[in-house]
Amino acid sequence: MQPASQATLEFLKLYWAPLLCGLAVVAVLPLIAGYVVLVERKIMADMQARLGPMRVGPHGLLQPIADAVKLLIKEDVIPDSADKLVFWLAPVLSVGAALLSLAGLAIGPAFQIAQDINIGILFVVGISAMGIFGIVLGGWASNSHYSLMGALRSSAQLVSYETAAGMALVSGLLFAGTLNIKSIVEAQREQGMWFVILAPVAFFTYLVASIAETNRAPFDLPEAESELVAGYMTEFSGFRWSLYFLAEYTNMIVVASVATTLFLGGWLRPFASVRWLDFLDFVPPLLMIAVGAYCVLRVPKQPSRMQQWFMLAVAGLCIALALVLAMPVIAPVLKASLREAAKPFFAGIHGGFWFLLKVSAYIYLFMWLRFTLPRYRFDQLMRLGWHFLIPLSIINVLLVGVAMIAGAYFHLHGWWLLLATTPAALVALVAALLILAAEKQSETRPDRAVPSDFYAG
Amino acid sequence: MKAVSETVPATKGKTALSIETTSDHKTLLGADELIINMGPQHPSTHGVLRVKLKLDGERVIGSECVIGYLHRGVEKIAENRTYQQFAPYVDRMDYVAAVSNGLGYCEAVEKLLMAEAPPRARVIRTILTELQRIASHLLWLGTHALDIGALTPLFYCFREREEILKIFEKYCGARLTTHAFRIGGLQYEAYDTLEKDVERFCKDFESRIVEYEDLLTQNRIWLGRTKGVGILTAEEAIAFGVTGPVLRASGVKWDIRKAMPYAAYDQYKFEIPVGTTGDTYDRYLVRMEEMRQSRLICLQAIENIPSGPILAKVGKVLKPPPGEVYHAIEAPKGELGYYVVSDGTIQPYRVRIRPPSFVNLQAFDRMVRGHLVADVVAIIGTLDIVLGEVDR
Repeated sequence: MQPASQATLEFLKLYWAPLLCGLAVVAVLPLIAGYVVLVERKIMADMQARLGPMRVGPHGLLQPIADAVKLLIKEDVIPDSADKLVFWLAPVLSVGAALLSLAGLAIGPAFQIAQDINIGILFVVGISAMGIFGIVLGGWASNSHYSLMGALRSSAQLVSYETAAGMALVSGLLFAGTLNIKSIVEAQREQGMWFVILAPVAFFTYLVASIAETNRAPFDLPEAESELVAGYMTEFSGFRWSLYFLAEYTNMIVVASVATTLFLGGWLRPFASVRWLDFLDFVPPLLMIAVGAYCVLRVPKQPSRMQQWFMLAVAGLCIALALVLAMPVIAPVLKASLREAAKPFFAGIHGGFWFLLKVSAYIYLFMWLRFTLPRYRFDQLMRLGWHFLIPLSIINVLLVGVAMIAGAYFHLHGWWLLLATTPAALVALVAALLILAAEKQSETRPDRAVPSDFYAG
Repeated sequence: MKAVSETVPATKGKTALSIETTSDHKTLLGADELIINMGPQHPSTHGVLRVKLKLDGERVIGSECVIGYLHRGVEKIAENRTYQQFAPYVDRMDYVAAVSNGLGYCEAVEKLLMAEAPPRARVIRTILTELQRIASHLLWLGTHALDIGALTPLFYCFREREEILKIFEKYCGARLTTHAFRIGGLQYEAYDTLEKDVERFCKDFESRIVEYEDLLTQNRIWLGRTKGVGILTAEEAIAFGVTGPVLRASGVKWDIRKAMPYAAYDQYKFEIPVGTTGDTYDRYLVRMEEMRQSRLICLQAIENIPSGPILAKVGKVLKPPPGEVYHAIEAPKGELGYYVVSDGTIQPYRVRIRPPSFVNLQAFDRMVRGHLVADVVAIIGTLDIVLGEVDR
């Protein structure tokens, strides 16, 4: 055997599991993103007193697949004046960065592609920030004014809000004392509470900054439909466009996962270390059973036989999931010897459930805001970033540091630590509001041009 | 649109494509200016308006509206149709307020004929026109909010507008281009439950309007996007000849329904809301209040609809005596005037229409200068133009 192929073989022997996971993610994620879009449309419809997609499949459940097929078979248009190579490269860069950053995330204690990187969070944030190259290059390569403006807005926005988001992450990381994703979650178990309680201001800052980073409303200026048509995506169509779309929704999942890991206790159950709340372990299977039962109840209301079968299949899937989720709770009752052997496996199942639930809640918040709020103007967006969020996050890092030292001095742990951090958070908030108020007083309106002769004509 | 480029002093080197800017404008860092073309296929130019924008970065330093993409020669068509035949054409101008258009035309021809619609017809006309005003303002609110980025109000607005369109459909069979009125009164008697339908709508609408205000009026982002944007002072507004809510938001209390009452408006009590600063937020508040007032007018009107004939005796063939007449009504978007000249035949010699959208659009360049690109769409929205009416 040649040495090169032997090296390949050894490489495969060592890394077959992460490679397989990676392949699975790349294969499955577009589907997940598609269904996130469907869920978004359904939630939007619910908030807007209408039904949303209803035609393709029961309740529009096959809509993402129809959309994907449509996008794939569309004509591939590259504008004449575009820079062909960059135009080709840009969406790939964007989606590549988004998918790569998923590698560092841990969905439950057992499922992580890049196992135990010691710079976990840093890796995720750094790689996902690379996605901006795709946007800027795409906007530039299209050779169109709207695209260029969208790209410029996007880069300015990302640079500004990355700072705030990074600073917010630092506040959370101070409590964890590590960048490793698994250790961060374990730290939250040891402290007995999620870091969102210890560092609420940091969580809030990260929430706002992450919306801006993923270009979602009310900060969706780079692709503001009513202003810039579609921003940097204006000239893209078909498959290239869908790559950008995929990148956007993957980024949403990434920021939601980062927030969940660092602030919302990752895959931990609420109150993971409180024994008498163990009954919360029953929530996942019961929830799935409830969803399944609802689907069964809806079966008679479906208009066609086909849709009834589909609904039943969905219900069956939910019940099956419920059974899987129920195993960790029921198995110890059946056979005590099973308990130890299956523990890591079961923790993985429930951990995955809680993690995904938290991520979904975070993404739901994104959507809720999108349907409720108007869009910021560019100068207002920048002002919010530089004059409010960045000072707030920096002050917060400082004060959290001080609170940590004070906590260590008085030997405060767990809930007692709140005694030090709550005042720190309040002071940070007040200081930032003071900065904002002072800034508002000196604020100047955009000066109007010299009055023109409006009596003419 | 020539008037816009004339609002600034002419400078040398003017070509067909150049946009006049204030002559001494200096861009930041001496960078090149950027001319971008907004429309006619742009999602938020409300149809086929084309705006050429001269930008310094994102700041607008000059603009020019290019119109005519929807020109159908409505005024010329009028000269080749009989008076009755032309009536449906006016519905196609401001197609989101067709009933108001029809009212203006019918009353203008009635004036020419020296005929008057019977009281019952006038009251029903008033009800339908006020409903149309609400519908038009609802459409404005939905699209304006959508332009500024709020997705949801659009659907709430359409929900209520749908109720109004249902009433129109029940009354005359059409929803959008209704052709609801006839010269001399009404073609159709009011259907049995008209009063009940209007009453139910008015009852629902009271709380619905609170819903919209909850979403927008005190919203910080909404305030930031509309306050101080596109200010038009009272003098400027009068000088440009703008009318309707745009004029009233600048603080001028001018409403043709009060100043020169037509239909049955002299019988009802209502307020004319006026603004103070003339910015986009004021125009928003004025229109919201106008919807409330229209609702009150409807409620007053359905209380007492006089009985009697619905069509004055004007004859089957209309032959107005030679002469000319100008009749204006307060359409949802402003003063909608019809100047009709008769030469004694069955066809008008000339119909000249004064569309509020067209005149209000003149103020556009004045309003956008110094603002950002994002404000351009807010200002187009707040002017509430309909291109069918601008281009005719």
